[in-house]
Amino acid sequence: MNQVKSVMIVGVGGQGTLLASRVLGSAMLSCGADVKVSEVHGMSQRGGSVVTYVRYGDKVYSPIIEKGEADILLAFEALEAARFLPWLKTDGTVVVNTQQIDPIPVVTGSAVYPENVIKSVQAQGAKVVAFNALKLAEQAGSVKAVNIVLIGAAAKRLSIDKQVWIDTIKATVPAKFVDMNLKAFELGYGAQESELGD
Amino acid sequence: MKELLLGNEAVAQGLYEAGVKVVSSYPGTPSTEITEAASKFDEIFCEWAPNEKVAAEVAAGASFGGARSFCGMKHVGLNVAADPLFTMSYIGVNGGMVFGVADDPGLHSSQNEQDSRNYAIAAKLPMLEPSDSAECRDFTKLAYSLSEDFDTPVMLRLTTRVSHSRSIVEPGQRQELALKPYIKNPAKNVMLPAFAKPKHVSVEERTKKLAAWAETCEINKIEDNHSKTGVICAGIVYQYAKEALGDTVSYLKLGMVNPLPAELIKKFAATVDKLYVIEELDDVIETFCRKNGIAVMGKDVFPRCGEFSQHVIRRCMLHTEPETLAVQEDVPVRPPVMCCGCPHRGLFFALKRAKVFVSGDIGCYTLGASAPLSAIDTCVCMGASVSGLHGFNKARGTESEKKSVAVIGDSTFIHSGITGLIDIAYNRSNSVVIILDNSITGMTGHQQNPTTGYTIKGDPTSAVDLEALCKSIGIARVRVCDPYNLKETQAALKEELEADGPSVIISRRPCALLKYVKHKPSLVVKEEKCVGCRACLSIGCPAISMKNGKASIDRTQCVGCGVCTSLCAKGAITTEEAKA
Repeated sequence: MNQVKSVMIVGVGGQGTLLASRVLGSAMLSCGADVKVSEVHGMSQRGGSVVTYVRYGDKVYSPIIEKGEADILLAFEALEAARFLPWLKTDGTVVVNTQQIDPIPVVTGSAVYPENVIKSVQAQGAKVVAFNALKLAEQAGSVKAVNIVLIGAAAKRLSIDKQVWIDTIKATVPAKFVDMNLKAFELGYGAQESELGD
Repeated sequence: MKELLLGNEAVAQGLYEAGVKVVSSYPGTPSTEITEAASKFDEIFCEWAPNEKVAAEVAAGASFGGARSFCGMKHVGLNVAADPLFTMSYIGVNGGMVFGVADDPGLHSSQNEQDSRNYAIAAKLPMLEPSDSAECRDFTKLAYSLSEDFDTPVMLRLTTRVSHSRSIVEPGQRQELALKPYIKNPAKNVMLPAFAKPKHVSVEERTKKLAAWAETCEINKIEDNHSKTGVICAGIVYQYAKEALGDTVSYLKLGMVNPLPAELIKKFAATVDKLYVIEELDDVIETFCRKNGIAVMGKDVFPRCGEFSQHVIRRCMLHTEPETLAVQEDVPVRPPVMCCGCPHRGLFFALKRAKVFVSGDIGCYTLGASAPLSAIDTCVCMGASVSGLHGFNKARGTESEKKSVAVIGDSTFIHSGITGLIDIAYNRSNSVVIILDNSITGMTGHQQNPTTGYTIKGDPTSAVDLEALCKSIGIARVRVCDPYNLKETQAALKEELEADGPSVIISRRPCALLKYVKHKPSLVVKEEKCVGCRACLSIGCPAISMKNGKASIDRTQCVGCGVCTSLCAKGAITTEEAKA
């Protein structure tokens, strides 16, 4: 494990990024890694851009991820992938939900949601895995499972035994939602890159 | 078993293990989870106090009573608690007492960026600063033994990234402590001038003893990497420095940031050619070094403002920039917004329409300052909306009274709005104060407060009757409106602005995020009726947007509050059934 890996989770307040970071952190912990997870609380949770950092390895010092340091940028929303692209290592991977959520300046007409966001992220040279996590979450049984679908997709790209993820999800989510979330995880784990913008 | 705990949760674990019996706090980001986590332990009496001053005094009382006690707050909360802080420094403790304070470098969720270390210096109190969750637990426990050994309250300073980062802690057992006997001792506990005078002398002596302790204590430690460059740091900055510089420099990591160990710093300085002090916000350690004739580099290299990171340290010391992928230019900002169904939205819309001066306050509703509502004129500190409005109206006269209001949340009103309202009644301004009663402390993540009828543990308790309270302090005109009902809200506003005498409008509707609040089905837009006038966008609801020239409502977000329906002159926004 030794080298420190950094996973940056970005999204919109209310999308469940905090739970995702906790699942990631707990999975790493049960593998015996040193882990630090940095969360966002307070005002920015009210529908604004939210950022959570998960770092693990033999010994982790800083709990935060700076520009050019993320191995994986796990974006819950397309625009947020573009916003935080500079935080990705130049050889890192973006795992992105193609769902678009309009920020208020777009809603009020003072700004425009850029077209082909994910294609332009790709054009900057990033490795991109893009798929519609909302659709898969609906398939699993709840739109609220978007976070677990995305965890599944990230898990595929992290060197941890699949069973560890499954055990962690079982231990983290409320009992009555375990089956639904495990289904969501599997769908995310098996997600193939869809047509961009799907 | 190893657990991943937030720094705040680790402090609570430390409180538990140290045998703490009484915790009283007021919520404030980034400190809130200390008290929330402590309330999960049955052995600790835990409460949300009306404000930080009350919380600190409750903790002081518990200390007099012989128990270990704690009060937690954010940095600006310490301003409110400063009065007991300074005098408890003179009095000292019976049971150990700790003030936990969480600073917010980078202003993630605060109105200023003050550095609480200055309070430790000013109040002459020892201050510990952990750098991760394990230290949060350990330093919390250490704080209690220091408190009792040196007869002093101890301050525990956290910052956002320590409070809100999870790292590994191995929880331990609770130390059960017998209550210390209470012995009447006016010379120690009654701060009349005659008693306080000698107390000041003993505080100065105590500081000397603490400084001597700091020279050899385990939490101030040198990490000698045989480098010619040395770094002095504390708290989270130590982690950033290790990340940025690794073993290429030697470190003096300070676990105690007040008082500072002059001899230890001199000893460390003698081993290196170049010495940096890396500290977020103010130049506290740097100034101390300079005062003691130790040559250091500090704020000449590092910024005074904002949050640090490994990147800031690399940039300032190594002059390197990370390699990154190009930034996309046209990414629109995504500021925080009022949630769908937020009861504040209708009220702020009414205020915007009325074109009044709005004296604002601290809470979710401060978002009423953002576009498109843009309704708030001022925001200073907890409670300032009410007293500030009174001053504004006294300055500008009767005409101003008809065109100005204060807005304040239920919890903020209890915290420090009541005294301002008494001032309005007592010193007679015809001011209109609007209490935004959403039945919870919202911004910090749903804490109970004295108006909700529940304690921190969820047990039923008495609730403040806001109407009766306002009347009893001399406000004759008190009325309640439902902010989902725009017509009623606008009428209430108009009447109270025109009325003689001060008045209070209670805009009452529970926060839409509360679990017991039942949401209505999503509203829909009848496309054939929508003329694309954008009137519904003026309330800034995140569920409403324009799609192909017509309004569109996002079903996954809409909670059916209906505020938008009253804005649509064409009746295009309706329920699913009505559409069908």
